[in-house]
Amino acid sequence: MSALRLDNITRRFGGLVALDNVSLEIPAVGISAIIGPNGAGKTTLFNIVSGFDRPSDGRVFFAGENITAMPPEQIAKRGLVRTFQLVQLFDNLTVLENVKVGRHLHTHGGLLTALLPYRAAQSEVAVDAAARHLLQQTGLTDRGEALAAALPYGQKRLLEITRALAAEPKLLLLDEPAAGLNREETQRLADLLRQIAASGTAILLIEHDMSLVMNVAERIAVLDFGRVIAQGTPNEVRQNRDVIAAYLGTAEAGFA
Amino acid sequence: MNLRASTWVERSGNLALLILWGLAAALVIYVFVGGGYLISVLQFAAVYVVFVTGLNIFMGYAGQVSFGHNAFAAISGYTSAVLTTKYGWEPLPAAALGLAGVLACALIIGYPTLRLRGHYLAMATLAIGLIAYDVAVEWGSVTQGYMGISGIPPLGIGRWTVVSDRAVLLLLIVIAALGVLASAAIRRSRLGRALVAIDGSENAARALGIDVARYKLVAFLISAFYAGVAGSLFVHAVGFVSPEVFGLHMVVLAFTMLYVGGIGTFAGPALGALIVTLLPETFRTFNEYQDLAYGGVLILILIYAPGGLTSLPHIWSSMRRKEGA
Repeated sequence: MSALRLDNITRRFGGLVALDNVSLEIPAVGISAIIGPNGAGKTTLFNIVSGFDRPSDGRVFFAGENITAMPPEQIAKRGLVRTFQLVQLFDNLTVLENVKVGRHLHTHGGLLTALLPYRAAQSEVAVDAAARHLLQQTGLTDRGEALAAALPYGQKRLLEITRALAAEPKLLLLDEPAAGLNREETQRLADLLRQIAASGTAILLIEHDMSLVMNVAERIAVLDFGRVIAQGTPNEVRQNRDVIAAYLGTAEAGFA
Repeated sequence: MNLRASTWVERSGNLALLILWGLAAALVIYVFVGGGYLISVLQFAAVYVVFVTGLNIFMGYAGQVSFGHNAFAAISGYTSAVLTTKYGWEPLPAAALGLAGVLACALIIGYPTLRLRGHYLAMATLAIGLIAYDVAVEWGSVTQGYMGISGIPPLGIGRWTVVSDRAVLLLLIVIAALGVLASAAIRRSRLGRALVAIDGSENAARALGIDVARYKLVAFLISAFYAGVAGSLFVHAVGFVSPEVFGLHMVVLAFTMLYVGGIGTFAGPALGALIVTLLPETFRTFNEYQDLAYGGVLILILIYAPGGLTSLPHIWSSMRRKEGA
């Protein structure tokens, strides 16, 4: 069964057609990827799926439910959580606190809980344990007390993914997670993504880094000028002529 | 080596802050024992501790801007004043009704305005503060205009009233301390983290399921409640209220306190309130240069500790690190 379904999505910005009648199905398991040259409409697509933008036309379904008109927080509640192309951390919070914010949907308590010492302590125990466990999984344990702003870039990326995982998404949307990472960090990211997918969280990523996409994605859709020009396994996409022409120019060597 | 140096430096920075707090506590004790007019200065400081601690939840934690929280102090302050002097109410029920009014107004005002962002929100709140001032001036039959209302009874329940200057100060300090503790508890909770998250990135907060509009409103209501408590406390402590008490001056003073003490930290605003109320008194011997000296010190603090005085340990350590490099 597909987790995410896009039905004839079109998005116009004035005269510009950023997405042109895009229909896609993203399965509820494994790692899927959307690739395409700059300006192909990838981020616009992500924004529409996650509720930060509305399509001019068409509908988005998540787990069978129409989420087209929903605000981001409602979509997150249904298990669709995203990260951002430019890392968006809570700079004034520690690394551990960032992950705790990620637990927001799975914790309870407002002002009253905050002000009653016993209740406050109780609610903190669970969220603290969960957040520390996640930091351990992604290898950030020893940075827990550091301010998020103080992390080196690669760890910021990692923290954003950790924080998104804390929300226990059914489908995790990653917007260029390898941007700015060196080769070793990218390799570790690939391992982490496989590990996440294996634990039952489906992943949809937008990526420029070909080696990462070809390495981890089971299915790839290719966008060009707002249109899906190809879909399939990495091998199928790799050999598709339209893709080679649109995305890679003429040289096939880029896929190595 | 490096590690040891930085911990030493941080410790000495913390020490500086500790000394600052120690001095503040010593001063409070000195005034408490010695008496004199400084008691009323400290009463004023304690009321402002409540006001800015609340404002800090909205501005420091959630990262929003309000120039209009004086309106909420005015609403409960005037409610307390009018009900106790004209209608012979007890101070506590009068204050309770005032606070209910504050929350109702904050809800009505906050719901539409919090959808505005940045400068628009700031302008809207500024308007609210100015409107409250004008109402206090113009609604003469109730507020007695510029004349103000005097003879407001001291706080108390039934026959037990808090009359002496020292007792009033003690009560105010206890309430202010409770206010700061509550603010600290909020900061450490799920609610507080959500607010600081909104300050950090509204988009990321929404992507994680935080209803940003709702949480901003909650922060607005909490801070309005603090402002209301400060308003009622003020009129009972001083026994007098006029429009000027809750005018724009209150906002300027509160902002100074927030930034001098350290906006966003739970204890900073309290320290700022204490220092900003006491500084002018310290420079009294400078006579005509008093304001100059006061302004000079404020500027120095903001230049060398832009994160406020509570950021001293941090600044100290980063300075040493630079020297070492």
